[in-house]
Amino acid sequence: MARSHDVPHAERQLRRRRRVWSYLVLTGLAVFFLFPLVFMFVSSLKPDGQILSDTRSWRAFLPAGHISLDNYKGVFARVPVGRFLFNSILVTVLIVGLGLVVNSMAGFALSRLRWKGRSLVLSLVIATLIVPFETIAVPMVYWVAHLPTLLFQDGSLVYDIGWLDSYKVQIIPFVANGFSVFLFAQYFSTIPTSLDEAARIDGAGWFTIYRRIIVPLSGPAFATVAILTFLPAWNQYLWPSMVVQDEKLRPVMVGMQYFFQDTTAWGEVMAYASMITIPVLVVFLAFQRAFVSSVAASGVKG
Amino acid sequence: MTATHRLDGTSAASDPHDVPPDKDSPATTLRTGRRAPGRARRAEARAGIAMAAPAVLLLLGFLIVPVLLGFGLAFTNARLISPEPTRFVGWDNFVRAFTIDPSFFHSAINTFVFAAVVVPVQAGFGLFLAVLVNQKIRGVTAFRVIFFIPVVTSIVVVSILWKFMYQGNGLVNSFINSITFGAWQGTAWLNNPSTALGAIIVLSIWQAVGFHMLIWLSGLQTIPGELYEAARMDGAGAWQQFRNVTWPCLRPTRVFVLITITIAALGLFVQIDVMTQGGPVDSTTTLVYHAVQMGYRQQQIGYGSALSLIFFVIVLIIALVQRFLTRDKD
Repeated sequence: MARSHDVPHAERQLRRRRRVWSYLVLTGLAVFFLFPLVFMFVSSLKPDGQILSDTRSWRAFLPAGHISLDNYKGVFARVPVGRFLFNSILVTVLIVGLGLVVNSMAGFALSRLRWKGRSLVLSLVIATLIVPFETIAVPMVYWVAHLPTLLFQDGSLVYDIGWLDSYKVQIIPFVANGFSVFLFAQYFSTIPTSLDEAARIDGAGWFTIYRRIIVPLSGPAFATVAILTFLPAWNQYLWPSMVVQDEKLRPVMVGMQYFFQDTTAWGEVMAYASMITIPVLVVFLAFQRAFVSSVAASGVKG
Repeated sequence: MTATHRLDGTSAASDPHDVPPDKDSPATTLRTGRRAPGRARRAEARAGIAMAAPAVLLLLGFLIVPVLLGFGLAFTNARLISPEPTRFVGWDNFVRAFTIDPSFFHSAINTFVFAAVVVPVQAGFGLFLAVLVNQKIRGVTAFRVIFFIPVVTSIVVVSILWKFMYQGNGLVNSFINSITFGAWQGTAWLNNPSTALGAIIVLSIWQAVGFHMLIWLSGLQTIPGELYEAARMDGAGAWQQFRNVTWPCLRPTRVFVLITITIAALGLFVQIDVMTQGGPVDSTTTLVYHAVQMGYRQQQIGYGSALSLIFFVIVLIIALVQRFLTRDKD
């Protein structure tokens, strides 16, 4: 870029013109991608009447006029949104956390250990990749409604049927993930096996090798899987909308839809939407480099 | 535990195929003798099975079993809660879908129209964005981040937000009104059967295109710069460079983008559920929405499973056809 002095004048001008065009197009697109979100944040601060009257002008995108946090207070007064946030955080953390453990162990077993049935399991894991969740959602409701469960009730253990309306029905079906297993196996197979052999001569068992050697060397794989499973877990909607009726167990996205259905107060809807969007945006902006490389890694398999 | 593993470790090292026999080996090795390799292998097998087991059992329990169960339920009249016992009804559910359920037909058409527009437009738009943000100019990372922001925004939030903007007196109409100087008043996009699906297509692309931009971008960045230099040397312009260098080099990325967008587009559900509930007059109902509507909301698990199975077969056929069409010809 610094070698411009030996480039002929005409070409330099052409390049500059092209750069100006690039910036114009990029800026236009940035406006296209940002305006709905700016509108959402700004509207969440305005009274309903003003939101509607402002749509006629640029004021729709400006925090002007009567600005307050009243809508946010209104949301909290109307629904237990704190509880919804807690539920979503709990479910997401457990899906991602348990998923990292379970899927990386399977990835290790499939990529570095020899055992009978390994190739069968590997093809089973790959076969799961072609099943979109939407195709099994309906039979899965029937399935979890008939699964046995143990409950603590009044100090004694009670046997019951049905997983509906629980945390576990939101978590356990999504812990194992074929794509995560696949990404781990792929990453682990790039680590030289001489490390395992050396550790085994030193007397290490396979689980120790996994925990002490492979896991510490695989930071990027864990980050990738964590990011790729975090978003769908936080955004879960179809599944909890079918299996969770109890408001106390409801996650934020389903809560948002319920909230939206029984109100015409757009300011409060925008406040709710902002509240569940901001945490994710903050995480994204803080780790944007990791996000970008995770998405890129998900596409490498081709 | 540790003791066995230590034995295995030592004995594996004394495996006659790997290491020449050592006369001065420690007693443990002598004691385990020739059976050591077998024992090491058994320990390895045990470890492999134990470590794969949690994921395998969960995948069996919450993916394979539901798939098989769905197959079975599709041929029954099962309901979620029912006093009557579940009965085998043969092909009745499929006959019902194809002959007497007009909503199924509409949902299939809408799903295909949605996918037929979204797949090429989103893939092309994503590639255009990727080429733009692949330039070596200042601040380009910020643009990548901005274009990706809708992807990390929940589709539920996005749907509600756009529903508000699509209202008769909403932002979209007042924008159209102002750029046409009031010549066109616009419409309540989601209430009009002829515009509702189109409106949903626009916001779906807006939300998801950033993801595929990044996939394309990672493909673009694997193309060696020398290829472009060589092309320039031969006097190729920007378009020719794209045609003869970029496009052929993106082959593997293209297949991935094509298949992932197709599967995602065919699964259209949330936007419909939040914005239109399939209406007006079935103009936005989709295969997945219809299956959930029947199988869950109306509690007809059997019929819903049959619809899901039809959807699954369609996805499978389309994915296989795409694989076949984009296969390596050499």
